[in-house]
Amino acid sequence: MRELQARIRSMQSTTLDSRALDTSPTVAGLLPGGSLKTGVAYVIEGSTSLAMALMAGPSQAGAWCGVVGVPTFGTEAAKAAGIDLERLALAPYPGDQWLPVTAALADVLTVVLVRPPLPPSDGSVARLMARLRERGTTLLVLGQWPGAEARLRVRRSQWGGLGDGHGHLTSRELVVEVAGRVGTPRERMVTL
Amino acid sequence: MLAWCPDWPVIAAATEGGFSADGPIAVVEKGLVFACSAAARTDGVRRGMRMREAQARCPDIELVPYDRSADSRLFEPVIAGVEASMAGVQLVRPGMLAIRARGPARYYGGELASAKLLVSRLAELGAPGAKVGIADGPFAAEHAARRASNVMIIAEGSSPDFLGSLPIEALGDAALSPLLRRLGVRDLATFAALPPTSVRERFGAAGAMAHTLAAGLDPRGVIARTPPRELLASVDFEPALDRIDQVAFGIKAAADALIAELMAARLACTELRVVITTEGESSERTWLHPRWFSGADAVDRVRWQLQGAGAAGSGLRSPVTRVRLEPAVVDELGNHESGLWGNGPDEGVHHGLSRVQGMLGHEGVVTAVLGGGRLLADRQVLVPWGDRPDPRLAQAAAKPWPGRLPDPQPATVFAQPTPVVVLGEEGAEIEVSERGQLIGHPVWFSPTGARADATRVTAWAGPWPVRERWWDAGAALSVNRFQVVDASGSAWLLVLEGRNWVAEGRYD
Repeated sequence: MRELQARIRSMQSTTLDSRALDTSPTVAGLLPGGSLKTGVAYVIEGSTSLAMALMAGPSQAGAWCGVVGVPTFGTEAAKAAGIDLERLALAPYPGDQWLPVTAALADVLTVVLVRPPLPPSDGSVARLMARLRERGTTLLVLGQWPGAEARLRVRRSQWGGLGDGHGHLTSRELVVEVAGRVGTPRERMVTL
Repeated sequence: MLAWCPDWPVIAAATEGGFSADGPIAVVEKGLVFACSAAARTDGVRRGMRMREAQARCPDIELVPYDRSADSRLFEPVIAGVEASMAGVQLVRPGMLAIRARGPARYYGGELASAKLLVSRLAELGAPGAKVGIADGPFAAEHAARRASNVMIIAEGSSPDFLGSLPIEALGDAALSPLLRRLGVRDLATFAALPPTSVRERFGAAGAMAHTLAAGLDPRGVIARTPPRELLASVDFEPALDRIDQVAFGIKAAADALIAELMAARLACTELRVVITTEGESSERTWLHPRWFSGADAVDRVRWQLQGAGAAGSGLRSPVTRVRLEPAVVDELGNHESGLWGNGPDEGVHHGLSRVQGMLGHEGVVTAVLGGGRLLADRQVLVPWGDRPDPRLAQAAAKPWPGRLPDPQPATVFAQPTPVVVLGEEGAEIEVSERGQLIGHPVWFSPTGARADATRVTAWAGPWPVRERWWDAGAALSVNRFQVVDASGSAWLLVLEGRNWVAEGRYD
């Protein structure tokens, strides 16, 4: 019952033209509205694993994900984060065609992660965003993007498990600064 | 009338491999000799022998793995050639054909004349050394051919007598023959003399069938095959074309016609072989399709094959004279029918990804598969969209790989390891001795590789040795790994090889 109420709340908190995606509980608290929305872009600065955690929720719910222009994407870490590799398509080297490729993938996939090699022009962003809204696709951007729904920036990161010459990395606490469209940025803590 | 070419697997393997079938060759399957050439047979190599034993008897023997599809594929022109002189050919298996004897015997003037003609015709078509047996039924004819030096004719009505003299193993049934021998039935005559009802009671339907065969009452006739229509598209370019888009345009109509023809035959092509002949060389590649090929998909494969590893704009090395599209695997179209409401979202995804492949090339869109290994680059394998991942990858991934990284894995894995700088106290170099002992410990770390950017290391661990394939000088790997957290709080996976530090991955 509580789950159902939470779902109703998440659906109510969105505006009419956007829908909430399934979001993994570790990162749901970071996002404005408590879940990923469709048809908008999120900017993630300083952490690929945070982007993976954002993708994991929709992927586990059966959505297809895409990664454009990130040749360093660690697929083993992605699998561990909960992304289904069978429903993951990568275009590691799109070159200067990255914007058409992103647009083509946004037509068919639910979540697309992109690292723009250079800041895109406002006009092309507006065209792509219109397409995203029409198709109900969520864009995750590792880099600069104007008009993003939220900007997640890693302020501090604290690693656990590694000592001075012994142990190995086990846990990580991130302090993430979340800036929505409105209001002042707030800091949230997340454990990955 | 049954013609048998005993060495067909050897001839097919030699033709496929492009060497002569005269030398000692053995075709092996599952470690056992499946067939061998005459030269190998004189050295004592026999069918069913172990590979090692064959090599011991004939040290210069050429061992070729058995390729069932090549065997059938290369026999196809032979059947077509025989059909040109004798109608109604049945393919028993590659290397063996059955023909109704009456027609050819009347046309060519006698059974012996037609059998001799068939032998010479087979030799012309590239299947020399064939043997022909003529008898009342295919079973008797097969055994006549096996026992013939060249041609053996069993007179009409005397097949039961001929079969009766054969040992019980001639039934070719691995379960039935030894059992019958133990029961005291040593030849087919004794078996055929048993009452049919008792045989059916004791040995079931298979036994009853064997009994009928042994009695020379072969119920199977020769079922002539319908010559299949040749479904392939081949376009010759005269003059030769040297631009990819010209070739793609030239093949488009032929590709569409091929797919339409397949559709009319209710077939869907899931694997397509593209053979491109240029002036002087030829390239051949088999392309897979996750669903089935349309005309445009086939043209895309031709274009990608021409582009090769190069970019879309790169030119061809030599002008293209001919493009051939052969459907390698076809399937009933009914198995690929889309549902009334479509096949769900995956179909749309496939179209979208294929479109991006059209923009970036075949390797432009990939899916990730986990492989096995210790280094991060070995563990993640990218497979182009539409290709089947190597099944060995899954086996390798399931193995434990001692020495692999403990979880969590780095979220950023550098395709090309980037050089970094790690220094000890007061800028001293850090080394790992031959015994794996660390000399000094990391104090300063610079992710850019410039000493000026170095920050203090807050936590570290290592060295974790990775030693692989020390027996192979070319592929040997001997490195030490470290985990390092710098002052900004970012964690790195570093590799020390000799004195060079590189970053393999980053935990970000």
